[in-house]
Amino acid sequence: MLYKKIISSLIFSVFTFFIIASAENAPNENSGIKVMTFEDLKPLLDKKTDTTYVVNFWATWCAPCIAEIPYFEEVGEKYKDKKLKILMVSLDFPSHIKSRLIPFMKKENMKNEVVLLDDPNSNRWIPLVDKDWSGAIPATLIYNDCKRKFYPNEFTSNELHTVVEEFINDSVSAE
Amino acid sequence: MRKIIFAFAFIAMAMLSANAQALQPGAKAPSFSLKGVDGKTVSLSDYNDSKGVILIFTCNTCPYVVAYEDRMIALHNKFAPKGYPVVTINPNDPELSKGDSYEAMQQRAKEKSFPFPYLFDEKQEIFPKYGATRTPEVFLLKKVNDEFIVVYTGTIDDNYKDESEVKEKFAANAVKATMKGETPNPATTKAIGCTIKVKK
Repeated sequence: MLYKKIISSLIFSVFTFFIIASAENAPNENSGIKVMTFEDLKPLLDKKTDTTYVVNFWATWCAPCIAEIPYFEEVGEKYKDKKLKILMVSLDFPSHIKSRLIPFMKKENMKNEVVLLDDPNSNRWIPLVDKDWSGAIPATLIYNDCKRKFYPNEFTSNELHTVVEEFINDSVSAE
Repeated sequence: MRKIIFAFAFIAMAMLSANAQALQPGAKAPSFSLKGVDGKTVSLSDYNDSKGVILIFTCNTCPYVVAYEDRMIALHNKFAPKGYPVVTINPNDPELSKGDSYEAMQQRAKEKSFPFPYLFDEKQEIFPKYGATRTPEVFLLKKVNDEFIVVYTGTIDDNYKDESEVKEKFAANAVKATMKGETPNPATTKAIGCTIKVKK
């Protein structure tokens, strides 16, 4: 009888553990923000495709990053019929997804895809994005199958439009 | 005219690239003389009797700095008695980053009982000389003859989020290597940090 009790309480606690464990992951799933390690992100930095990829590293706590978010939205809207993919890689802390990241995305009405890079050993992966990058943000990688460039700086609206247009045109003319 | 424009463009580019690059190991550490949170001015030359200095560009507002504050204190407590004290400098312009004013620095230093000087690079003249780009950013300086030489630049360790998950204590290892007369390996590391807010 005692055994039965112990076994049933064990089963119960294991069951509870899984419920709690899955609930901890739930906020990320609910919010639709993919949380990635660098290994997850890496393939997206080197796709062999005629689509132009714009990968921006930013965070809600980074003032110059926030300043250029609308420009990335403008560009995404302007070239939505072109082969262009904008990926906004947030370096916010995972614990701030609900409290800071989501409210910020709503406020800015962000349409570009946002993922969160959660990979604390940044000394390992920063040079894999670009060997000369110090890790200061904002920083943007733009590439397609004929061209690749890393911009360790912020953009003005004009600069970003010009640069992205060049990439798209180069890709088209190479076809 | 065109030549002049080219020359200007070239100089501007040279300045930009110089700013973007942190002083490399082997470089002479630029001197400074800045006001600390206690109102007293602290200079690099005040440390002429130390074996070195763990200089960290930091601030109040950056989440990465906040995550590292206790580890900066621990670095000081561990290595100051061995001749390598921590000195911290806030390079941010308080007009662009409200929480980084001198008063806010005083308050933060008090809250955390910083055992090291917390200095204000009010004119934003010192951080460009070091080529610092973000907070936190460490420059380990070693006293060689009459000069301080940079022997390590980069981050404190390999996990900003969780100290218990740290595998490599880059800054502490660099100090230990320097104490043994060895060259730190790695002598430079990279890290995500908050861009220094520069007055335009």
